[in-house]
Amino acid sequence: MKQLGKKLFTLIITLLIVSLLAFLAFQIIPGDPTTKMLGTNATPEKAAQLRSQLGLDRPVFVRYFEWLLHFVRGDLGISYTYKMQVSEMLSDKLPITVLLTVLSFLLTVLIAIPLGIAAGRIKNRWVDHAVLIADQLLMAIPPFFFGILACFLFGIIFRFFTPGNFIPPSEDLGASLSYLLLPALSLALPRIAMTVKMLRGSIQDELTQNYVYTARSRGLSQWGILRRHVLRNAMIPVITFLAVSAAEIMTGTIIIEQVFTIPGVGRLLLSSIGSRDFPVVQAIVVIMAAWIVIVNFAADLLNFLIDPRRRAG
Amino acid sequence: MAKKRIAALLSAAVLACSLSITGFGATQETEAGSDIKTASSGETVEFVVGIPQDLDDSLDPYQITAAGTREVMFNVFEGLVKPDPDGNFVDAVASSHEISEDGLTYTFTVRDGVIFHNGAQCTADDVLYSFETCAASTTSTAVAGALSDIADISADGNVVAITLNAANSSFLSTVSSVSIVPKDYDSQATAPVGTGPFRFVSRSVQDKVVFERNDDYYGEKPALSKVTCKIYEDNNALFTAVDSGALDMAFHLTVDQVNNLTNGYNVIEGEMNLVQALYLNNAKAPFDDVKVRQALCYAIDVDAILALTEDGHGAKLGSSVYPSFSKYFDESLVDAYPYDPAKAAELLNEAGASGLSFTIKVPGNYTPHVNTATVIVELLAAAGVNASIEQVDWQTWLSDVYQGRNFEATVIGFDAAYLSPDALLQRWVSTDGSNMIGYSNPDYDEALAKAQSTTDDSEQTEAYKAAAKILSDTAANVYIQDLADFVALNPEFTGYEFYPLYAVDFSKISPA
Repeated sequence: MKQLGKKLFTLIITLLIVSLLAFLAFQIIPGDPTTKMLGTNATPEKAAQLRSQLGLDRPVFVRYFEWLLHFVRGDLGISYTYKMQVSEMLSDKLPITVLLTVLSFLLTVLIAIPLGIAAGRIKNRWVDHAVLIADQLLMAIPPFFFGILACFLFGIIFRFFTPGNFIPPSEDLGASLSYLLLPALSLALPRIAMTVKMLRGSIQDELTQNYVYTARSRGLSQWGILRRHVLRNAMIPVITFLAVSAAEIMTGTIIIEQVFTIPGVGRLLLSSIGSRDFPVVQAIVVIMAAWIVIVNFAADLLNFLIDPRRRAG
Repeated sequence: MAKKRIAALLSAAVLACSLSITGFGATQETEAGSDIKTASSGETVEFVVGIPQDLDDSLDPYQITAAGTREVMFNVFEGLVKPDPDGNFVDAVASSHEISEDGLTYTFTVRDGVIFHNGAQCTADDVLYSFETCAASTTSTAVAGALSDIADISADGNVVAITLNAANSSFLSTVSSVSIVPKDYDSQATAPVGTGPFRFVSRSVQDKVVFERNDDYYGEKPALSKVTCKIYEDNNALFTAVDSGALDMAFHLTVDQVNNLTNGYNVIEGEMNLVQALYLNNAKAPFDDVKVRQALCYAIDVDAILALTEDGHGAKLGSSVYPSFSKYFDESLVDAYPYDPAKAAELLNEAGASGLSFTIKVPGNYTPHVNTATVIVELLAAAGVNASIEQVDWQTWLSDVYQGRNFEATVIGFDAAYLSPDALLQRWVSTDGSNMIGYSNPDYDEALAKAQSTTDDSEQTEAYKAAAKILSDTAANVYIQDLADFVALNPEFTGYEFYPLYAVDFSKISPA
């Protein structure tokens, strides 16, 4: 309970720092929202007028605290460029990014765990080599490259899908999911490779432990040992890793949404940075940071539940 | 038991993979389905357009700043008069208009039966409100300037009379810029309401904007019942989408793209309506020397640029007016500086600037400008000028180059925000806030002021041409081209027309 309180405190402090940093970063990069809004029709007078309309002529910290005050009350503000409520804009986008994240995470778990267990059980030099090489290769290639490759191969050459022709889940969930499958897979592949490598190593380590010999001497089957004893121990580091992956996948969507032109939160984030649309950027950054902190917290909690040693301590 | 579980896991993985395959099949089917839907003509004709930029802008007609927003919202808003594809002003919300002999009084009769998209009747009151609101809040300095010159505006029944302080024969273009909106309606920024042939339905950020036919439209009702603008900020994605047949129309395609189009769509060629030039910082040495600027004009072979970047398409300019502005376009300026590297070297020598070297800052997100800059660098190298390209992002370009004027040269295109030569020429008046290049020429200021105050139409046209000629004579910039603009249209539709300003008119498109 005490730990939970501590974690919650960390969460709030982290979000405060992240939001402040994002805010300050905007003061450093050139241009402000009025620059893009006025474009090539800007004059110094017009820019000044618009700046005061948007309240940008006030001191940085006044603006930050004002934003903070509204934010804690659940008011995300109004986009400078779209003039829409940020919450309204995000309500369209969040489901898409969440769907992509969940799909990618599911793919990681569903593919990596069976593969990892299989690879852990098989003791064959050639299989070992093959797994090792495949793992290294997949881990080394970043998701966006897979994405570009997939777009080119399946979109342009084979025409399995039309890159950029994303159908939102609100219109057709099936079509939406099928479009998201390749980006989700691109995000999942390096993580699948890492999970397989980890699970395999972890299983093989555990299999050499004394308790395995004891169990075997008691007449348990190989599979029974694996399931009842080995896996339980071998999964501990893997679960932590998967939780961290869940956080990484969410942030990974920022890039992969660009590659596949998916109108999710990541795309909105990048374009909002481009137009210096501060209320939108700030909201997204805080949501993403919160997600990362919460997922890490969940990982801790899971470990705590699985590992009796930590429960005792 | 345990084996079963793992088998279930594996089969789930297999299922996920097989789903992917059937899933892709399904996507293609829906595409084919949408084609069938659009093919059936009659009352409901749905039309899907790919647009190359998001409407990341206020939709309030007086607050719209992006050309990309303006060209689409052209279908929603109308002024008392509006431009037609030839650049003339035709009556819209007004059923007729009259201009007094002295050019000071404009009388508009508000058309009977004009109904706003929210169902309200349009009255002279709304017109007065629109002029008042526009004058107070427009982001266009030119429109604000012209409106501030109104001495009196009043309504008598359904007749609105506007009296000007001084005659301004391009005042009709200002009138066309004042979109008529319902009085005291305050959600224009997100739920715009106008009188145009289409009404705004919804906008989903970075995804799409939907319009529907205005069934109450006073004029000829559009053939299309619903227009969905799908947003493709990635130009390649736009191309693949249109080529796959998922879209009925895409505009602002490049020559390479239309050459690679395989789906049999009709390609319509026009121009972008912008003045692409190598803009030179006239306030900075060595470009404050007219000889240096002229030398660059001689050293740059515009035909070569057109051939290399646009496959010979595009239109040469010569000055800050583009050709579809046919009334004010001066053909004779196009070849004012024929390609002559020897003469360029000689002029540079005279100016003491041989061995000139400078940097061209280009916004990297605009491929056509980057391409043009690349060819310019090669052409200049042949003339002994060492130019280099620095690509910057659009924000940096706007704040650093455009507003900060911290540059030597840049390649960019300026468009006309409204249908008047002022939209293109006013910018270079020495005191104008948007005079990015710091062009300062009393002769030019005087020539333009004269053009603006002339009431006789043909005299005024000549005066504008004279002003544009000064820009050419003094080589204010190295004028390159109005980029070719290509529209790909599903052969089941017809009627696309280019306008001399940023406008895409959906009301003219109909099933073939």
